[in-house]
Amino acid sequence: MQTNQLLLLFSGVLLLLGLIAFFMGRAKAARVRSTGTSMYAQPDQYAWFTVLATAGPAVLVGALGSFVMLLLGAEIPTLYLLAGSLVVSCVGLMIGMNRVRPDFHARQAIERVIRFILAGAALISIFTTFGILFSIISEAVRFFQMHSFWGFITGTTWNPGASFLEAAGRADDAASAAQFGSVPLFAGTFMITLIAMLVAIPVGLMSAIYMSEFAPAKVRTLAKPVLEVLAGIPTVVYGFFAAITVAPVIVTIAGALGLEASFNNALAPGIVMGIMIIPFISSLSDDVINAVPDSMRQGALALGMTRGETIKHVVVPAALPGIISASLLAVSRALGETMIVVMAAGMRPNLTANPLEDMTTVTVRIVAALTGDQEFESAETLSAFALGLVLFVVTLTLNLVSVIMIRRFREKYRVNNL
Amino acid sequence: MSQSFDEISAQLKRRHRKSARLKWLSMGALGLAGLFLVIFFADMLGKGLPAFQQAQIRVEVTYSEQSQQLPLAAVNEDVRELVSRGWLRTLPMMMRDNPQLLGTSRQEWVLADGQVDQYLKGHYTRLDDDEKEIVDALAEQGRAELQFNTTFFSRGDSKMPELAGIMSAAMGTVMTLLVTLAVSFPIGVMTAVYLEEFAPDNRLTQIIEININNLAAIPSILFGLLGLAIFINFFGVPRSSPLVGGLTLALMTLPVIIIATRTALRSVPDNIRHAAFGVGCSRWQVVRDHVLPLALPGIMTGSIIGLAQAMGETAPLIIVGMVAFIPDISASVTDAATVLPAQIFTWAGEPDRAFVEKTAGGILVLLTILIAMNATAVVLRKKFERRW
Repeated sequence: MQTNQLLLLFSGVLLLLGLIAFFMGRAKAARVRSTGTSMYAQPDQYAWFTVLATAGPAVLVGALGSFVMLLLGAEIPTLYLLAGSLVVSCVGLMIGMNRVRPDFHARQAIERVIRFILAGAALISIFTTFGILFSIISEAVRFFQMHSFWGFITGTTWNPGASFLEAAGRADDAASAAQFGSVPLFAGTFMITLIAMLVAIPVGLMSAIYMSEFAPAKVRTLAKPVLEVLAGIPTVVYGFFAAITVAPVIVTIAGALGLEASFNNALAPGIVMGIMIIPFISSLSDDVINAVPDSMRQGALALGMTRGETIKHVVVPAALPGIISASLLAVSRALGETMIVVMAAGMRPNLTANPLEDMTTVTVRIVAALTGDQEFESAETLSAFALGLVLFVVTLTLNLVSVIMIRRFREKYRVNNL
Repeated sequence: MSQSFDEISAQLKRRHRKSARLKWLSMGALGLAGLFLVIFFADMLGKGLPAFQQAQIRVEVTYSEQSQQLPLAAVNEDVRELVSRGWLRTLPMMMRDNPQLLGTSRQEWVLADGQVDQYLKGHYTRLDDDEKEIVDALAEQGRAELQFNTTFFSRGDSKMPELAGIMSAAMGTVMTLLVTLAVSFPIGVMTAVYLEEFAPDNRLTQIIEININNLAAIPSILFGLLGLAIFINFFGVPRSSPLVGGLTLALMTLPVIIIATRTALRSVPDNIRHAAFGVGCSRWQVVRDHVLPLALPGIMTGSIIGLAQAMGETAPLIIVGMVAFIPDISASVTDAATVLPAQIFTWAGEPDRAFVEKTAGGILVLLTILIAMNATAVVLRKKFERRW
């Protein structure tokens, strides 16, 4: 029999057992109660307890068995495993029925099980983080066994194209040695991030100042959802916009100014990424500026300061930790942004300071390495995980610093909604 | 008096001018953001709307023995280059299914070649001058025109622009999102319920909280690496399938749902809980019968927003291989499939210019769905919002 059919059969039988447990448990509890004995719980609660006692251990045994098979590679035939868990569930049913007694706290028992299940769900988020860390680190380590860590961090040539020759045992040929120096990738990433921030921080911050300090309520209610639309546009759409519309415009403008621009220039993805990040910065800064207590504004205005001076010398400095924290989060988002750069930035690792030239980024190389026709064990594919590791560390650091800054801000003004 | 009143009032004017300048500047920034949005939508509509129309030409179709062997023979020589090759290839099958057609011939509207389509829309085309003349003549007789493009909504991907459609990608998106919802909604709500209603305030709880906030800020592409290394390489989930894509997106959506659910649970006042405890409910009974039903609208809103986010996500799906070329609608969650954003990405990379319009058309469809989802979320929130 196929595994699928077996699983289906198993679930069917388990469901049936659960139903039997429910009705038997309830019948027994009702019978006991009808004799006039007072019980600790309702018949339905005893019924649910017997269901849990029947299905719980069986599912647990099944899950445990499959994990042992996957992790340790032990060969347990699926048929035996499932049959075993069914036997366990029958035993559970008997024990559960036995516990249906007047002095048994069925409700509390259910409560404990539910609490346990909920805590298990909460742990999944932790497992996800560990999963990301584990998957990236284990493959990155394999990469660093092939190529030196130092060369990866400081090398200025990224040329993985020849790594298939290495797999073919021709690594000694001087011309064909693959090189994994990540400096040009990070230079490209930081260049595009810088351009994005030059667009997003001024526009986002100024819009936030307008919305929280100047705008009438009507404009505010209209502008907020409009900015949210900007945030809701998928990145692949922004990427298309950058590559098809913005890049040619930039090439034309640069041509009119007598400059040579590549169609994969860094400016187009940078600007479009900046537009994408505007609502991110504006909504976070808006919250922070609104959290600055009104007494400070009133004090400043009472001293005869104009509105502009109040904003410049009182409100913004007070909100600065929050604004910086928003900007750091925005930087971390820009560093990890993938689709815009995959579609609009270049593929060629290029160490240059000219934003009109094509340059590539970390995320572009990750995608290129994993969608290529290389086998998984090749150095090029594994290099994606090494790049991912660096990306993870950098964004994690930025996020943590930003969290610490916003906490300082929160403690200073005792606001709880941030 | 060192300063006369005139000087002071001049200074005051200057200061007020400066203040007004800041106001106009900040207003301009907001206007600029709005302007970006307008330009963006105008550009997408201009590029994408033509995709919803497709050139059709009316030609004499001969269903003969010969055209069953060689479909090209079914139409006249002068329009042979103008009808869609893909349509011609379906002729023999159609004749096999409908034998009574054999030996007849009739006037029919048939799908035109992608190049004719581009020519009629006034774009650059590879047609030579003779062919352009024929198309012009046909158009004058009313035998070539742009009609509503049903192919675009009913078919899967194709290398021929006139036959390419978004149906298979849309079905892939639906299946992927179903997997995402089935995994992330229960786990997300359970996590939030645990953290808000059950968890003791200890180290572990704090770690879980920090971890969830951190997960929300991790670049999406790293989730793709997780999906590749854990789901595909370790658990052996089929590559390119909606199952692996949905699981990967579920992990990404999880923090969004958890955070939204926690906010919704927190907005339920403690009076409700006290009253329920007061009549002897256990903790789980309080949550199940009183807190969760009241928090449900907020939870739904958050989940819809999270799903909309997942729907537009592309990078992690590319890493787990969901950019496959899928001409047919896939049948199950373990078959190879593609999703709308991935289809847009694939089309954006096609060298044929006719695909630019298809890409923008796909984008319009995607944006329409996303805006509809977000609008639903807003309406839900407005309708069920309760002030306690």
